[in-house]
Amino acid sequence: MNREGGSVLKILKSRRMQSFLHDPSALAGSAILVVFLLAAIFAGALAPMDPYDLTKVDLANFLLAPAWMEGGDAAFPLGTDDQGRGILSTIIYGLRTSLIVGLTVVTISSLVGIILGMLGAYYGGLLDAFIMRAADTVFAFSTTLLAVLLLGVFETRGLFTVIFAICIADWVRYARTIRGSVLEIKENAYVVAARASGASDRRILFRHILPNALPPIFVVMAVDMAVVIMLEATLSFLGVGVPLTEPSLGMMIAIGKNYIYAGMWWMVVFPGATLIGIVVGINLFADWLREELNPKL
Amino acid sequence: MATYIVRRLFQGIIVLLAVSMICFFLFRFTGDPVLMLAGKYATQEEREQVRQAYGLDRPMHEQYLRFISGALRGDFGRSYVSQIDALDMILERFPATFELALVAISISFTLGVGLGVIVSIRPNGAVSRAIMAGSLFGISIPTFLIGILLVMGFSVYLNLLPPFGRGDTVQVGFWRTGLLTVSGWQHIILPALTLSGYQLAVLLRLTRAGMRETLSEEYIKTAWAKGLSPAKVILKHALRNVMIPVVTITGLSFGELIAFSIVTETIFQWPGMGNLLLTSIFETDQPIIVTYIMLAAFIILSINILVDLLYAVLNPRIRYE
Repeated sequence: MNREGGSVLKILKSRRMQSFLHDPSALAGSAILVVFLLAAIFAGALAPMDPYDLTKVDLANFLLAPAWMEGGDAAFPLGTDDQGRGILSTIIYGLRTSLIVGLTVVTISSLVGIILGMLGAYYGGLLDAFIMRAADTVFAFSTTLLAVLLLGVFETRGLFTVIFAICIADWVRYARTIRGSVLEIKENAYVVAARASGASDRRILFRHILPNALPPIFVVMAVDMAVVIMLEATLSFLGVGVPLTEPSLGMMIAIGKNYIYAGMWWMVVFPGATLIGIVVGINLFADWLREELNPKL
Repeated sequence: MATYIVRRLFQGIIVLLAVSMICFFLFRFTGDPVLMLAGKYATQEEREQVRQAYGLDRPMHEQYLRFISGALRGDFGRSYVSQIDALDMILERFPATFELALVAISISFTLGVGLGVIVSIRPNGAVSRAIMAGSLFGISIPTFLIGILLVMGFSVYLNLLPPFGRGDTVQVGFWRTGLLTVSGWQHIILPALTLSGYQLAVLLRLTRAGMRETLSEEYIKTAWAKGLSPAKVILKHALRNVMIPVVTITGLSFGELIAFSIVTETIFQWPGMGNLLLTSIFETDQPIIVTYIMLAAFIILSINILVDLLYAVLNPRIRYE
């Protein structure tokens, strides 16, 4: 057996991997995520049509029922919306927006939160007081309320604005979590020893403290991903999120809401089920990660 | 204790000032109030008149001081759209939002804590597993989707409950209530369920986690050994300790409740503050938005301070220095 095969086997046999493979809900959650992720990446090839290419959308196909129902069309397996866009295609493109917003926000706000929280906890004093007061205030307002209010104030609408507004509200989770860990870790004997041996602050922070403070952060990241995806959908549903010209599950549901009294349930149910599916998938995985990394959390 | 309260109040005032400053400058740099006040088709002269009449030609700090001294007297200006006093307009909507939040919190607190206790007593029973699976869905469905699904189920298909509005209301003094009429209660059920959904799931999970930890403690074993009734052990000895984080989280997530009330009110066209806020955002009616933000900040900060004090009552070991 070559070296690469050996290391793959080693990973598969490791304790953590074994616990993952023996947890049916973690496996199910990850399976959902992988399917959705692949669908979003290969949206162009997978979707029957590009619902945001105006030359391909025909208004004549508006409000078609799913293909298996009366009045359905085989070209639109899950029916169409009021603009003649195929629901299946719109969902696949909307999924892409959800995942882009989720991944970007989690990356940016975790970086900002980790750095600010770590610096505050390590150096203490005025810096810490200022960062934590700001964090407390943002936390009290709640991510959702702050994002709605910020987007209400901003003049421009777009994917970038949405990501920016959510990040301003979201870094706090990470700052608070890492601060707690760093305060505890920096009193440990090995940190004191490192300082006594003349290590620089930077070396102590990034080599000695950060690696030990990260596990709880991974759990927060997983949970946060679900929260951010729901938040983007909520903002777009309210009409303060991504503009009409961009795909979003929340916006699809907002459009579909106008037609539920006419019995046209598919414009709400299919995008809604997709949204629930992706969030349940992430939460199942997050539950496993929490048990695995920090049983006390 | 007294010094602690004074310090918290002082901090609260500073935060309110900071919020007002951010609000003020954000609005001055995004969008031109003169354009809003005078209208798009006003001549240069008319615009100049408006600028002077509203003091918009004065330096920034002077404008801010005017804004703050007005705010302290409850004067946040008039709505650009309806020309009605902004604070009056929002306060008129307050009872509707308050009643909705009150019913929602009651539902999520009773059901959340109740189900949490049931689940913790028999963690591996079929009922508990079903409840936990349900709670996973509870935290995985965004509020707006819960609302729409409830409308589809109970209004469109079953035709049991009204899908929008507040129903008949009764004026009691300055308060217009919907909780004294049958139609009012019929109208509040769906929105309140929607608003309670997320918090219910969170409280359930929190209660379960707390109970599981507490039930394995030594003093609980002692209580069982003494031959106390299960009701007494669980409700009096165990649940009491679990209530501390539950109450804290309920209080601290008040901002979330306000945020989700915006969503709920939009879906059910509930005539509350959140609904007004969203309309004002689309009409760029700045005085209303600013007043809403300041009022929300005030309510949230007050609740946070109250929770801190309640914390000390629930757990006598906590002493604020």
